[in-house]
Amino acid sequence: MTKLFAPTALIVALSLPAHAVQPAEGETLADSQTYTYWLLDAIKSLDPAKNTDVEGSDVLRQLFEGLMNEDATGAMVPGVAETHQESEDGLTYTFTLRDAKWSNGDPVTAGDFVYAWRRVVNPDTASEYAWFLELMNVANATRIIAGELPPDQLGVRAIDDRTLEVTLSTRTPYFLKTLSHATTFPVPQAVVERLGDAWTQPGNLVGNGAFVLESHNLGVDITLAKNPEYWDAANVALDTVRGVTVNDNNVALTRYLAGELDRVQIPAGQYPRLSQDYPDQAVSIPYACSYAYVFNLSDKGPEALKDVRVRQALSLGLNRDIIVDQVLQGGQKPAYSWTHWAIEGFQSPDADIAGMTQPERTEKAAALLAEAGYGPDSPLALTLQYNTDENHKKLAIAAQQFWKPLGVNITLNNVEWKVHTDRMQSQDFDMARYAWCADYNEASPFLDWFRTDGYNSGKWSNAEYDALMAHSKTAPDTAPLYKRAEEILAEEVPAVFVYHYAKVDMLNPAIKGIPTQNVTNSWYAKGLYRIAE
Amino acid sequence: MAMFILRRLAVAIPTLLALIVLSFLLMHMAPGGPFTQERALPPQVLANLNAKYGLDDPLWRQIWNYVHGIVVHFDFGPSFVYPDRTVNQLIAAGFPVTLTYGTLAFAAAVIVGVTLGTIAAIRHNTWLDYLAVGVSIGAQVLPNFVMAPLLVLVLTLWMGWLPGGGWSFSDPSFWIMPVIALSTSYMASIARITRSSMLEVLGGNHIRTARAKGMPERRVILRHALRPAMLPVISYLGPVFVSMITGSVVIDIYFSTGGIGKAFVDSALNRDYAVMMGVTILVGALTILFNLLVDILYAWIDPRIRY
Repeated sequence: MTKLFAPTALIVALSLPAHAVQPAEGETLADSQTYTYWLLDAIKSLDPAKNTDVEGSDVLRQLFEGLMNEDATGAMVPGVAETHQESEDGLTYTFTLRDAKWSNGDPVTAGDFVYAWRRVVNPDTASEYAWFLELMNVANATRIIAGELPPDQLGVRAIDDRTLEVTLSTRTPYFLKTLSHATTFPVPQAVVERLGDAWTQPGNLVGNGAFVLESHNLGVDITLAKNPEYWDAANVALDTVRGVTVNDNNVALTRYLAGELDRVQIPAGQYPRLSQDYPDQAVSIPYACSYAYVFNLSDKGPEALKDVRVRQALSLGLNRDIIVDQVLQGGQKPAYSWTHWAIEGFQSPDADIAGMTQPERTEKAAALLAEAGYGPDSPLALTLQYNTDENHKKLAIAAQQFWKPLGVNITLNNVEWKVHTDRMQSQDFDMARYAWCADYNEASPFLDWFRTDGYNSGKWSNAEYDALMAHSKTAPDTAPLYKRAEEILAEEVPAVFVYHYAKVDMLNPAIKGIPTQNVTNSWYAKGLYRIAE
Repeated sequence: MAMFILRRLAVAIPTLLALIVLSFLLMHMAPGGPFTQERALPPQVLANLNAKYGLDDPLWRQIWNYVHGIVVHFDFGPSFVYPDRTVNQLIAAGFPVTLTYGTLAFAAAVIVGVTLGTIAAIRHNTWLDYLAVGVSIGAQVLPNFVMAPLLVLVLTLWMGWLPGGGWSFSDPSFWIMPVIALSTSYMASIARITRSSMLEVLGGNHIRTARAKGMPERRVILRHALRPAMLPVISYLGPVFVSMITGSVVIDIYFSTGGIGKAFVDSALNRDYAVMMGVTILVGALTILFNLLVDILYAWIDPRIRY
């Protein structure tokens, strides 16, 4: 499966020219080609090496272009790299770059990628996302970050201006999927070196994407204008893309309804009403993130949770249907696996729990707890920690109520975000709320989390699981391995998987070309257009 | 008087220093740091970040470097969370916004509040008094986090009169809702303080004397009653002015003004130490300054007060 991937991508690269934005039959383009979307918060950085969040990535994807892009379904399509070749051993990738220009007219060269990637791993840059090049397994990344090798030892080099060669430390089936990530975008060396940290200011920023930065008022708005130097500018319909920060989701919805925004997230619980009132505007798209309650299985964790029957009982006793249908109400799905259901090629494990009715689950949960020595007469006391947020609170209260009849008394522990994170990372909790999103459309970003050396804040450890995940890195067909890994998670229950995310938005029907199939929710403004109403 | 001002300014310096040291220590005591995140950073990446921002130095040295940077270069350091910007840049971008809507809201609150309070006192126990008291109680109990979304709903969605948020220095239509939402509850407090203080003054002997001499009522109120009645109002206004011009997190959140009110709260939650220190010092310095101004105003209004 993974072996097929490179040739497939190559065929796509050769057979599809730049996909043109075309209004469909019966549509006319609006005179004003603008798209205004909602940002929850200020954009922290416009430097690809320093960006850490989704809002920043959304803007960077318009201002810069990496080697690969994602299409509307999340499949990889050529970006700056017109074609690529993978060596027999899978350790070397050679990319041929297209004739592209920076927004100041300079050519985009292989050297720009080399400079950008070295900059990310350079300890002087102190990039929070330096680990991404380790995840990509670019040769020597780890040792350069540690300061043991100079940045020019990174496994990336420019053979000539149009040819880039990347050397990996180990075969990495998902390597191409990482290339649309903002951390891998090229940066203009001359501009960065001349202006230092100020190079991302409006007027200074030079990019190679379909849009250029026009203005940026921190915490207010960011405006991008069409880049005439972009290689595919002829097929870019939008003239202006604006991101508007509204820190309150309900006010943002009001402003959407007033026509100030073209896209906004629907506040929790309002999807049923809005999809009834505005059936052509309320959309629910699967989003590759999963929500869970993680058990602390380290030495610092409670003894009771080390009994697998207790963990199984807590998982069985949580009525996910009510959480999804009554609390969240936005097209989310109950989770019985850690990997999001919509991930490409993912096969759900054969877990008993998914097929049972809730009364059956509750009955089994009570039996398991009784075996473990707990029940209404000898209750089990645990704390559930979550970070301050209305929705986390609602869910935690629901969980508390579901578990109470089983004789599990939950104390809710609400702390602010940094405290929550700090305690999770130092194993100072019983059960903690957690959510995880995939960086690319594959199961491994989820499953790697539970490896003994993964992020794994609950410190669960299983030798078979580790072996499976290690094997999956080089195996030709990963699907059965991932499925088996999920089965182990279902048996061992290192966490209660609660639900799989959906992105629930109001979307102006005049805006066309928004991808609804891409589970990572990456979007490119160059594919959008506005039709006359 | 000059001695008094000099003395107060001299005390301000150690006060600010104590503020810096205390805030610095409190901030570092809070769990987590600027780089604590869901996806724990690999130790080497974290070490590089700490080295870049000097967080690997001992605490006393960090404080020393920080104070040194401020005193010698007026440099409040780089933001840890907004790596493209320095604290000076963040404050330079956000403070003029809050200063604008804060000053306007302050003016509105004082003018409307004092007028309402005065009318209520003069027309004590008449329908005008009850109306003024009713309005100010209403304004007081309607918190701005309720009022702000209501304003957007009515003035933007229903009426279509004003933009629902954002900021522009050249377009006053962006200022109106922040000013209304920020000023109302202060206005109510000012009205109540003015009313009760006015009532007290109006019962005083000098007012009776003035009236007995046949002085026109207008002159009695404006010259002999309002001026002394303003003393408690002014002592309330000093700190209020500072808190209004240094922004309100509620206003910044609901109207997305980009002001420093939200930046301040965010910096605490994000453990963006440098931004938090910068805004703390700004608020601290302004508080000291305006308390001094209030004391000077006191002496000017009430000839009995001498320093």
